[in-house]
Amino acid sequence: MPVFFTQRQIVAPGDLLAEGNYSLGSNVYAIENRIYSSVLGLAEIKDGRVISVIPLKGCYIPRVNDIVIGKIIDVGIASWLVDINSPYTGYLQVSDALSKPVDITKIQLRKFLDIGDIIVAKVTAFDLTRDPQLTIKESRLGKVEKGSLVEISPVKVPRVIGKKGSMISMLEKELGCEIIVGQNGRILVTSRNKARELFAVRLIKIIEREAHISGLTDRIKSMIIKAKKEGVI
Amino acid sequence: MKGKICLLNEEGLRIDGRKLDQLRPIKIEVGVLKNADGSAYIEQGKNKIMVAVYGPRELHPRHQALPDRAVLRCRYHMAPFSVPERKSPAPSRREVELSKVIRQALEPALFLEMFPRTSIDVFIEVLQADGGTRCASITAAAVALADAGIPMRDLVAAVAVGKIEGKIALDLNHLEDQYGEADIPVAMMPGLDQITLLQADGLITLDELKEALKLAKNGIMQIYKLQKEALKSKYLESGEELG
Repeated sequence: MPVFFTQRQIVAPGDLLAEGNYSLGSNVYAIENRIYSSVLGLAEIKDGRVISVIPLKGCYIPRVNDIVIGKIIDVGIASWLVDINSPYTGYLQVSDALSKPVDITKIQLRKFLDIGDIIVAKVTAFDLTRDPQLTIKESRLGKVEKGSLVEISPVKVPRVIGKKGSMISMLEKELGCEIIVGQNGRILVTSRNKARELFAVRLIKIIEREAHISGLTDRIKSMIIKAKKEGVI
Repeated sequence: MKGKICLLNEEGLRIDGRKLDQLRPIKIEVGVLKNADGSAYIEQGKNKIMVAVYGPRELHPRHQALPDRAVLRCRYHMAPFSVPERKSPAPSRREVELSKVIRQALEPALFLEMFPRTSIDVFIEVLQADGGTRCASITAAAVALADAGIPMRDLVAAVAVGKIEGKIALDLNHLEDQYGEADIPVAMMPGLDQITLLQADGLITLDELKEALKLAKNGIMQIYKLQKEALKSKYLESGEELG
């Protein structure tokens, strides 16, 4: 069962990755037992069995249970439309937003959420025939009142989180801020210290740019330590 | 009337000095437009073409959306200054047809069923034309689609073959196309060995067609290599070591 790439080698769509009885990870497809890449990205083999390609670019496709950060773009009779940085518009119903039942003929929905408001939401249903359904009725979800919002490419989100959350927990610990990562590439940073909040925003941008270069977590950590020593933050 | 145009000289070289089986020099650049999701610029001989790709994105007008797959939309357009005589900027019959032909050449390479109800838009702008623009457009569009991160079975590479003064030649330029006997644009997914576009204009025998296709495949393989190099080099130069 030959493999035709070295770990993390850059591959283009249509590149033959392997031949044989392998499992298909993401962004690959098979013709008979030949496995090809379907995107431009870094090829990877896990446990000597699963072949996948980490994409370098791409849009966000919602999945159930994803946390996303959205912006209200329209207020309907009993719902809101939410831009979630995806080809599909998020749909938030009144029953998924307010804890108590309300009489929608009497109240103005704009009082709760208006156009331009930012929300942290969770995808509850999405099956490609209907727009993704959102909810904000859980803890940590809801309208965003403060903090800084960063937007990065959705394919870089796993890098910002790191292996088992290593990158994000390091950032939170070192900078003493709270970071909510939306799977759609929007990240909310809140901290009582404004300088540290803005520093975190800058670091996230660096992570996005250098996502494919190794030793990133350590490099970011040393940048924080250096900035602390110089008294910048 | 003017005398007969000589497309081949005594040494068997063509008017631009190429051999019969030689491509024009090709340069492909990736990610040249900031606002597009993916983009590519190609120079093939005197052809200069810019391609921008947007999507997958919400489709407007909504009623055109398909419930089971994305809609691929292509717009091939020639700039008014792309040819010696000013071309009207309005889409001509030829441009509408080429838009459709290019769309059909690219469609088999894309996993459109992954993005139902959306659209993928490809804008092809010919800045300078010298024959074989549809093939160069397909080559560049495939690169731009890959740059946009859109899942594809394979890149699509294209080249024209034809007959000039009774001989089969690769990658015809404008004069050879105009005064030659036949012009056959071919597009392929080279990795999968599948043809996605095959047109023919002019007179050619079956044996000549077979020879021409063999030559086209040869040229396409060279272009395919250039496409991949262009895509990969964009990321290799920015990241010292990968991992």
